[in-house]
This record gives sequence, structure tokens and C-alpha cells, in this order.
Amino acid sequence: MSAVMITRKVRKWEKLPGKNTFCCDGRVMMARQKGVFYLTLFLIIGTCSLFFAFECPYLAVHLSPAIPVFAAVLFLFVMAMLLRTSFSDPGVLPRALPEEATFIEMEIEAANGNVPAGQRPPPRIRNVQINNQIVKLKYCYTCKIFRPPRASHCSICDNCVDRFDHHCPWVGNCVGKRNYRYFYLFTLSLSLLTIYIFTFDIVHVAMRSVDSGFLNTLKETPGTVLEVLVCFFTLWSVVGLTGFHTYLISLNQTTNEDIKGSWSGKNRVQNPYSHKNIIKNCCEVLCGPTYPSVLDRRGLMQEDSSVSTCADPTSSSTSTSSSSSGGNNTVSQTTHAILCLQKPTAPLIPNEHTPDDAKPSIAASAEKSSSPKEEHPPATKVPPLASPETDAETSIAKDKTH
Amino acid sequence: MVQDWRKLEVVDRCVADSYETPTMAETHSLQDLQQPAVSSKVFVQRDYSSGTICKFQTKFPSELESRVDKQQFEETIQTLNNLYAEAEKLGGKSYLEGCLACLTAYTIFLCMETHYEKVLKKIARYIKDQNEKIYAPRGLLLTDPIERGLRVVEITIFEDRSIGSGR
Repeated sequence: MSAVMITRKVRKWEKLPGKNTFCCDGRVMMARQKGVFYLTLFLIIGTCSLFFAFECPYLAVHLSPAIPVFAAVLFLFVMAMLLRTSFSDPGVLPRALPEEATFIEMEIEAANGNVPAGQRPPPRIRNVQINNQIVKLKYCYTCKIFRPPRASHCSICDNCVDRFDHHCPWVGNCVGKRNYRYFYLFTLSLSLLTIYIFTFDIVHVAMRSVDSGFLNTLKETPGTVLEVLVCFFTLWSVVGLTGFHTYLISLNQTTNEDIKGSWSGKNRVQNPYSHKNIIKNCCEVLCGPTYPSVLDRRGLMQEDSSVSTCADPTSSSTSTSSSSSGGNNTVSQTTHAILCLQKPTAPLIPNEHTPDDAKPSIAASAEKSSSPKEEHPPATKVPPLASPETDAETSIAKDKTH
Repeated sequence: MVQDWRKLEVVDRCVADSYETPTMAETHSLQDLQQPAVSSKVFVQRDYSSGTICKFQTKFPSELESRVDKQQFEETIQTLNNLYAEAEKLGGKSYLEGCLACLTAYTIFLCMETHYEKVLKKIARYIKDQNEKIYAPRGLLLTDPIERGLRVVEITIFEDRSIGSGR
């Protein structure tokens, strides 16, 4: 048996069907488009380096040495939260395995009954009652599952994400159940850091101006001017965003639900997940249990290394437990042979042809992800935003002609 | 008819997919000889009635009727539900963990297991134990829900002629 041992271990992250990138052998998980994330990193690190280079030496001597220390602590916290948000699994729901997908398909067919040939089958929706409120669960054609309540399919990452909040290009990842609190702490600490740097920039300029005049000060510390500009423009958007998310947390809502107006009060629909208590909602979102990742990204694939995993006792616990607990340890060489022959026809079939399936959902959720509320800091706006703006411009132009 | 055909397909895919189950291998070799479907899977779905906490339906699937006692099955699912409820419980302990972790910028999780992970290990042990004691002798196998994204409890029904009721 040792003769057919595998040459390379295949970990599960290598076969995940979503549009993600992975680093450090699956420990780090991000979206594929990371351009804006690098911009965020550059802006934060750049501004802080300027602050440490220009203001801190002067302020430490003339005011207090605690100023650079506190700035450093805040900076490290911001970076830790940013990286934590960007690099962690947002709460991706794995796609259904073929058997489960078939099972769901059969259930749907059973529920729908016989649909006449010409007619379109009814939409795939399942109603569930949550805290005495009816909630619709939609079927996801890409993931082949009924999406759990609050989950949504992210078109950019092509994954269903639990408690989907939004896809944030600034952190280069979806924001969902598992990284929302890091995201919130990131925006909160970033607002504090921006206010802090902005304040001490002004203090610094004021103190120097007293000694050597305003214009000379600007010449002496060119970095300060740049910092003030960056901070000024970042400040409003980041503080606004923090305020918006604080409001959402206190109501236990997600950005996605807020945009769709899921619990806007019409038809007496109320948020069934809220505890009707602001403090309890905050505690749940920010200090509740830390959910584990269900992807098992670093686990070993069994399919690909079939030859060895069948026989290898050190391979993942499931295989050993199932083979032993099944009470059938009659693993023969012939069955191995059959399995191995079968192997080429056993890929993760439904996941392979996602591009075709994904198209309609991309269009649908592109609307969600391009909503202005989701965009964070200032400066360059992300492409999807461009279209509503141009629409607005054209409509204005039309108005003028009238 | 359609259903039968689908069932066959399920079996075929099961076999193709899971190399970890020796009995499946046998079923496959039988399949080659054009014999009827001899194994299937049942999925116990999530129960969302009390929110998004992890909870499974205790409704007894009819497919298991000939294999396992209804009470026995419900007890297993109920124990699982209680364990998940323990993992997701909101209260002083979880708030303390959350706040402590936040103060250390969540670096503490590099060297400490979360409460949830501890309970998940307990669940894995419980499922292994239940499989060995109750389900495996009856030709059934529970899969730990964490391996299916906490969406379903997957129960594989093996059609072993020496044990099975000859369906």
C-alpha cells in the first residue's frame, strides 16, 4: 500500500469553488480583487509614518511623550483589526455536496408537484417562521442550498456568506458573521486614529506657528500638510460609517437588510433577530460567541488522495472513524482498485460549472454591492458606483433640455 | 420511476464521492452488475424557529423507521441541539471572553481555544460515541454537522445484507 502513497497533500482550500485567494497554505482568505485593499494599507501606513516622522518628535518633547505612545497603540490596533477582517473567513457557507443537492432537488420537486410542460416552475422559496415572523429562504442556484436566514450570495467572491453584511473592497473581503465585529472595531479605531492625528496635526502647526510664523512652519513640516488633507477627507466618511454601523448594531441589522429595507416596518414586518434591547444587541454582535469557520480550509482532501487515504490511518479522523465504526473493515484491494478507477469521474461536479450558474446571481447581487451606503472612505469611488452617477447626470441633462 | 432513477444517481454519486466508506465500495461493485440501489442518505434540516442559532429539526425521518427507535433518534438530535445551544449561549461568560479577546486585539485566540471550539470537540466525541453505540450496529452513520457547514445532520443508510432489513 505504501507504494501508492500520495506525492502531495491536497488541502481543502485548494478545491474551494468560490472566487477567493488564499495565502499561507489556506490560513489567509481574501477576495480576488485586492487593489483597493492595498490602497487602504498605503493610506493608513503612509499617514501614520508621516505623523511619527514629523509631529511625534516635536510633540513628545514640547507636550508629552505619551502622545506617540498612544498613537502607536492605536495604530497597532487598527492594523490588527484591518488584517483580521481582511484575512479571515467571513462566514462562507460551503456548497452542497452532490447527494445533498440531489436530496434538496427531490424535495423541491415533491413540493411543487407536476408542473405542466409549458409553465415555469414556481420560484424556489421556503418559508420558515422565526420568532413568530415568516421569513423567506431563497434557493441559491450556485451553492445548491436554501440560504439560511440572513445569508446572501456575494457576487464578487461567489460564495454564500452567513449574516452577510456587504462586500467591502477597502478591506478586500466580504463582511459577514465571522468578521463583522473586527470590521466594526476597525472602523471605530480608525475614526479615533484619524481624529487623533488630525487634532495633533493642528496642535503641532499652532505651536510651531507661535514660534516661527505660520508660513515658515508649513515649509518646515511639509508632511503635516499632506496628513491634514488625507485626514480631513477620510474623517467624515469613516466617522459617518462608524455611526451608521453603530446604529445598525443597536438594532441588530445588517447593511444588506437595511438597504433592502427588510424590516422597514411596512406590513408590520419587524426584525425577528433583534432582542428589542440596544445593550443586548450590542453585546451579542460585539461580544457574543466567536463562531468557528465551517470551511475547514486546512483539512486534507480525501477525494484526491483516494489511494492513500483509504489505507492511511493518520488521515483525517472522519475516514478512520467511519471505517471503524461502520463495522466493515473488509477493505480489499479490489475495492480500492474500483474506487481508483472511478476517481476521474468523481469531481465536485456541481461546483465546476459555476460560471454559467453564477451569471444571473452576479447581476442580481451586483446591485446590492454597489449601493452607496456600503462604500467607506472617500477619494476614488469604486466602478459600480459610476453607473448610478452617470444615470443621474444624464437625467439632469434631460431635465435641462425640457 | 423518475424517483427510482434519481435514487440510483444518488447512490452512484455517493460511491464516486466518498472513498472513506468501505461498504460503499461494495455497493459500487454491485452497481456494476446492474443491481438495485442499496444505499441512501437522509438529511436532517435546520430548525430556524428560534432564530439563527444552530438547531436541528427533531422530526423523525420515515426512512429510518425500520432501523432505529424514534425516541432514540430524537434524543440524539436533542442532545446535539443542547450542545450547540451551550456553544452559542449569550451570557456573562461569552461576553467576558469577547471583551477579553478584544482588549488583546484578538491575539489571545492564537494561544487559546474559544468556548465554541471546545464544545465542537465535545460534539465530535458525542457523535463518534453515538455512532459506535447505536447507529453503526444498525447500519447507519451520522456525519458531524460541522463537516456539512452546520446546515444538516447527514445520516447515511448502509444496506448491508447481514444487518439490514433487506429493503
